[in-house]
Amino acid sequence: MPTISVSQSKSEYDVAIVGSGAGGGQMAYTLTLAGLKCVMLEAGRSYDPVTETPMFQTADQAPLGGVSTPDKDMGFWDSTIDGGWDVPGEPYTQASTNKDQEFTWWRARMMGGRTNHWGRISLRNGPYDFKGRSRDGLGFDWPITYDEIKPYYDKVEMLIGVYGTNEGMENTPDSPPGVLQPPPKGRVGDLMTQKAGKKVCVPVVPIHRAVLTRPLDANTIPAKLHPGNKKAQKIVGDSMRARAACFWATPCGRGCSIAANYQSTTVHLPPALKTGNLDIIPNAHAREVLIGKNGKANGVLFIDKTTGKEERVKAKAVVLAASSGESVRILLNSKNDQFPDGVANSSGLVGKYIMDTVGSSLKGQIPALENLTPHNDDGAGGSHFYSPWWLYKEQLAGKLDFARGYHIEIGGTRRMPGGNSPVPGDYTRGLYGTKLKKEARRYYGSFISLACRGEMLPNDNSFAELDPTVKDKWGIPVLRWHWKWTDHELNMAMHAERTFGSIIEAMGGNVLGTPAKTGLDIIRAGGNVKHEVGGARMGEDSKDSVCNSMNQTWDVKNLFLTDAAPFVTNADKNPTLSIMAFSWRCADHIIEQARQGNL
Amino acid sequence: METHESLPRLSRRQVLKWFAAAAAASQASPFMAFSQDSLPAAVGYGSDPKVNDIYKRGDFWPLTLSPEQRKTVTALADVILPADDLGPAASQLRVPDFIDEWVSAPYPKQQRDRETVLAGLTWINEESNRQFKKDFADLTIKQQQSLCDVLSKQDHIDSKIRQAASFFRTFTSLSMGAYYSTPEGWKAIGYTGNVPSATFAGPPQEVLDKLGLEQTVKS
Repeated sequence: MPTISVSQSKSEYDVAIVGSGAGGGQMAYTLTLAGLKCVMLEAGRSYDPVTETPMFQTADQAPLGGVSTPDKDMGFWDSTIDGGWDVPGEPYTQASTNKDQEFTWWRARMMGGRTNHWGRISLRNGPYDFKGRSRDGLGFDWPITYDEIKPYYDKVEMLIGVYGTNEGMENTPDSPPGVLQPPPKGRVGDLMTQKAGKKVCVPVVPIHRAVLTRPLDANTIPAKLHPGNKKAQKIVGDSMRARAACFWATPCGRGCSIAANYQSTTVHLPPALKTGNLDIIPNAHAREVLIGKNGKANGVLFIDKTTGKEERVKAKAVVLAASSGESVRILLNSKNDQFPDGVANSSGLVGKYIMDTVGSSLKGQIPALENLTPHNDDGAGGSHFYSPWWLYKEQLAGKLDFARGYHIEIGGTRRMPGGNSPVPGDYTRGLYGTKLKKEARRYYGSFISLACRGEMLPNDNSFAELDPTVKDKWGIPVLRWHWKWTDHELNMAMHAERTFGSIIEAMGGNVLGTPAKTGLDIIRAGGNVKHEVGGARMGEDSKDSVCNSMNQTWDVKNLFLTDAAPFVTNADKNPTLSIMAFSWRCADHIIEQARQGNL
Repeated sequence: METHESLPRLSRRQVLKWFAAAAAASQASPFMAFSQDSLPAAVGYGSDPKVNDIYKRGDFWPLTLSPEQRKTVTALADVILPADDLGPAASQLRVPDFIDEWVSAPYPKQQRDRETVLAGLTWINEESNRQFKKDFADLTIKQQQSLCDVLSKQDHIDSKIRQAASFFRTFTSLSMGAYYSTPEGWKAIGYTGNVPSATFAGPPQEVLDKLGLEQTVKS
């Protein structure tokens, strides 16, 4: 990926963007195609999926068979580089020693950020998701409706390519005709779950994922995305033609060298660079938003990690898209006379109301799947089917002991073996020799896991602040995390466990493990699903929010936040698609302001 | 993030422990190993290894098993995963190399397994010599199997044998992880993927019929 060093940067840009993932990538894409001059700061190194992705590598070719280690938390081939739960020299701290209040923070220090390895699950928030408080009195409403953001969901889906179907289900929006790509066929685990779901009244349908099941229509989509902008249409069309459709092998978490799935590094950044309007400075660790005497942002102070020196870029507007936690940290560290508590923090809400996704899972062993005829079950490198939340009416009628919904993700069965034993030890205990090999073959592929991905309500006890003493290796104060689940999340996890048990039993299967006594036995630690959102929520009023519905901070008019920090709530729908939709909308606003000479 | 539903349900506590271990360990960078128990100080592959490459065992850290330990590992792995109709013997698929790489690795989990494995290898040779006056690798297959029969039982009262049985489970699991990492192992277990294709047809009709399923995504 073409990048520049600090010394090559221009004296001033229209916009400085911190972060190169979903939010920063979309911002750079939209602004540069409209002609704005942008500089992007990325804390990690440059990264090129075309040349660096391990597409067909197998376990006998990797150290330790590719299993996870502290150096590579999600396994050797995970595309995350220089990141993970722990980044050397860049700690974060816990406010509590209570394990139930632990927060785990995934950080990717690389070009494209987490978009390189994410699960590609691309679900739209629905109308209820923006107005939860109006509906059930809990949490907060967004200052925006589904109908207002809908055109941007449409555009993002057309740009990145999302497979799936329109099912017309409650609060699970359809896309306009022709926008979605065809869904992949159901695999054994998908179809088994779908059939069992029918018996227990849980709908199972094709999921939406940002993977191309056929090439994008490069001849018509660009004109829909960029009407009247011939140069943009040409660049975007060429970029779409450079992407191939999925060839049905290798997991998406490794990244994709043929650009069949969405990652910022293959979809957003190449066309942005092609405009000639984008300079990317890698190894640039943002420290503060710089504020001029007029109270407006005029640049970003950062550490050039190649030299360890503090550097500056100047710009007429600043966009933070560093990931919600990192953007919060930058805001809180940007202290000056005008903003003694951190930039854009007059409400005192920077860092507050951080939410993750409620995550839990249950595994079952399905006798019907034993000794199945071998067949290729790889598919699209991730989920094919899922179960959107289905109990809206029961919930509204007060029949459930928790608010908001969860969706169910279905874990594959016949995955590529290697590294760890492909069959849990309980199933081969006491065996060796040919008997062991026969039993391994019998049980391989007979396990299904069902995962809960649910909405966490914002609460007063889940937030981030600056640690008063701990600093990273550059002397920058780090975040201290406070975390607490409420009964809503814990009861939801228990409901999911019961539901999963009933689905597994409806398949004639056996649930693995011992039943949970409370939600705390099964819920994954805060941050563990890597969907941490909030910390600088948007709202109607500067007193109880950090930014307005345009992702523009109330206090500093030319400072915008386009990662998940402005999220008011965290619907069960995975955040990435929404980050992009809001970032595109914010970019259009910035372009309009620039045209009016307001930057 | 679907791919990453990697942390299984039972193990939240394990996961937290793992985080704690990782956090403690990552105070030093690159990852430094403790050199107790004769393991030379080694570093891991770091947070940015070249991942789209093909590696051999020993490329990142030295293999540390002694020739005698390797002999025992090879013999035991071949009893656990012998040559038969389903595929070649473990040693033909370089399972001993994998186990050597594993117990030589400078990471906390692997170092814990090292303790288990080294102690188990010592136990099995001592027991072999006590019963048969020979090292395990030099026994007949029947004699080797008689020792494995003891270790694969679940209800040991003697704490030493219980530990050895625990070693046998760990060793079996590692051997299976290694064996099924290979193309021959895939064939043995019935994995047929990792091949590019222009289309994805889903499960074959024969499989759908057997399971009473219908393909609900029509083309």
